[in-house]
Amino acid sequence: MIEFKNLSLTYPNGTQGLKNINIKINKGEFVVIVGLSGAGKSTFIRSINRLVTPTAGELHVEGEDILQYKGRDLRELRKKIGMIFQSYNLVHRSTVLKNVIAGRLGYTSTLRSIFNMYPTEDIELAYENLKRVNIENKLYSRADELSGGQQQRVSIARVLTQQPNVILADEPVASLDPPTSHQVMTYLKQINREDNITTIVNLHFIDMAMEYADRIIGMRDGEVVYDGPASKVNEGTFEEIYGRSIREEDMRGGKEDVES
Amino acid sequence: MKANIPAKPKNNLKLVKRLISVIAIIAIYVWTFASVNIEWSKIFSMRTIENFDRIIPRFFDPAFQETGSIMLKMIETVFIAYTGSLAAAIIAIPLAFLCASNIVKSRIVNQIGMWILGAVRAFPEVLLAIIFVAAVGPNPFAGVLAISVGSTGMLGKLYSEVIESIDMKIIESLESSGANKLQILFYGIFPQVLPEFLSYAIYRFEIDVRASSVLGVVGAGGIGTLITFAYLNRNWEEVGMILLVIIVVVTIIDQISSFIRKRLV
Amino acid sequence: MSNPNEKYVPKSLYPTKTKLTITLALVGIIGFYLISSIQTESFIVNFFLKIGNVTELVGRFFPPDWSYAQQVWSKLFETIHMAIISSTIATLISIPFCLLTARNITTNKYLYNTMRFILNIIRTVPDIVLAVVFVGLFGIGVFSGIIALIIFAIGILVKLMSETIESIDMNPSEAIKASGGNTLQIIWYAVVPQVLPQFISFGLYVFEVNIRASVVLGLVGAGGVGQLINTQINFLNYPAVMTIVIIIFVVVVIIDYISSKLREGLV
Repeated sequence: MIEFKNLSLTYPNGTQGLKNINIKINKGEFVVIVGLSGAGKSTFIRSINRLVTPTAGELHVEGEDILQYKGRDLRELRKKIGMIFQSYNLVHRSTVLKNVIAGRLGYTSTLRSIFNMYPTEDIELAYENLKRVNIENKLYSRADELSGGQQQRVSIARVLTQQPNVILADEPVASLDPPTSHQVMTYLKQINREDNITTIVNLHFIDMAMEYADRIIGMRDGEVVYDGPASKVNEGTFEEIYGRSIREEDMRGGKEDVES
Repeated sequence: MKANIPAKPKNNLKLVKRLISVIAIIAIYVWTFASVNIEWSKIFSMRTIENFDRIIPRFFDPAFQETGSIMLKMIETVFIAYTGSLAAAIIAIPLAFLCASNIVKSRIVNQIGMWILGAVRAFPEVLLAIIFVAAVGPNPFAGVLAISVGSTGMLGKLYSEVIESIDMKIIESLESSGANKLQILFYGIFPQVLPEFLSYAIYRFEIDVRASSVLGVVGAGGIGTLITFAYLNRNWEEVGMILLVIIVVVTIIDQISSFIRKRLV
Repeated sequence: MSNPNEKYVPKSLYPTKTKLTITLALVGIIGFYLISSIQTESFIVNFFLKIGNVTELVGRFFPPDWSYAQQVWSKLFETIHMAIISSTIATLISIPFCLLTARNITTNKYLYNTMRFILNIIRTVPDIVLAVVFVGLFGIGVFSGIIALIIFAIGILVKLMSETIESIDMNPSEAIKASGGNTLQIIWYAVVPQVLPQFISFGLYVFEVNIRASVVLGLVGAGGVGQLINTQINFLNYPAVMTIVIIIFVVVVIIDYISSKLREGLV
């Protein structure tokens, strides 16, 4: 369980990234955060694994306030929280397998990781996870030989190899075309169901949010302006969240193009 | 235990290539370390310690009374570098056009141009200076010639890369408006390339100031002459002072040059 | 002054200010050139006036004395060895230092600025001065030359390497950080793969530079083929000098070619 208590974050330049957030996210939920760019979605997500540090309030993960974490504690926290990025963040020159096994770094001693001495189980785990996102045949390809959608699947495999309790995804489909976007979201949803991993995704596409989310949290100017089940959301709700009427660019579309 | 995953596909050609390069590298290092002739006993000896005691304090006590004469030679060095760079900056332009494949549409001419520039670049400047000192005598003029020939090689190559990257659409539109070749050169090409040419020329001037402070060692003028004398006379205070002057002057020139170059591009 | 009925006609293609700047710059360039030419007594015209003289003098170098070539090889190999050893050691030493002079790794401003300052000073010292000092300290021979080349090469390498590190993609390191990797793991998994090919390429480049530089060092007794040039010039044995010059030229061309092919393959 993740709990935000009166959480605020002010950046050194004075901008308020988060304003007094109070949210509870339960184990196994698939939460989509929506909002315009600059609304604080990214700050919200990055607070959970402390890539940014909130300046006031409390943030509990599995019952512990993580804001005081440093060094080893912080790495232990991050080990159990996987993260997927908009730009995939793979090391281009390294092979797919090496990128995926990087998910085990938190479990592996520095010396072992530098000499690539991973336990056999870890390597098998990495391979299994590549299979789950159907990209096991690219095992030894260099990451930059892959298409955007394939790279994002590799980054999902990397996160799975971490064996996380929580997956955070920061605009995972913003750089992809509509059919590939749906493919990636389908994988995320499937993993969420099968492994009961709490999944928190930032999106700005309304149609995708409604389709994949269990619960939608709307943000504007660093504040939570909506929080409710996806089933109760309609276009009017989004107009309230965005503070303007819905435009074409807020929709991803392309669902009918994707098979399976 | 081997992980139960598909084995890495074997690429024999790649493997062989890699093996050969690893063997070659090891061989080169073995050859190097086996044959390099360092007399360790001489280096780690009382004499070295004495040298340190004798030289280091004198080196860090620069001969400020020599500032005037050293400055004069340093200015001469800068002048050599400037004259040489400027000549090179101009000579390199026609050569660069010969090498640029989008201007001269003959592969043979391009190649010949590249060879000339490549050959010139391969000559260490000191060798050029030795030849020119023999030709025109031990004076700054020999240094100027060495610098200008040496710089032409590098500037020609950089210039030709600039020319090859220009926007050809502008040339096309000028051509279609009936401009002749010379007009195209002055209206279509020069405006596109001159700022970068100038920036490279100034950058090369920075390098040439360093290079021309060496040339005096073979008699081609500049501060290098003083380095040789000071070294032969074991006058370490003067070596220290010369170094100080070089550091100050080169730093100032680098600052000015990078300031101008930032404003150019 | 301006009559509304009169049409405004631009007097020139360029604004007055641009014209003034260009004119001033040109006057400056040419003026400084004249001063330089007078000071160095090197009007390009001289070259053509004395051309007959020059050809005659250059003629003294020809034909090269090929019998001398046999004595060149061992010293030439010494030059190559010096360059190999110094480039290798300089590359290894430069790696920790380039981290200290990269803005995105060394976030402490004072440390960064101090390191930059030291690096800039080192880069202004000509190789010949380094050689002179080390020959004074360690005596005539290869060792002094190698030390001088190492320091000379570090100046070049650290700058190139730190620029590479400053230009890397920081996203993968964020991903490694988010999965709980420590600083060493971040460097090894996200930074090293991005910069390693570049670093090797720089090592080869510095090797090319060092081959040229080690020719100079021999002139002051720091080992290598330059020593031979010095002796032969003192004997006024120009055909032998020409032999050495040609051999060096050929070797430099070959090494540059191999090295640039290798570097193309790397990046």
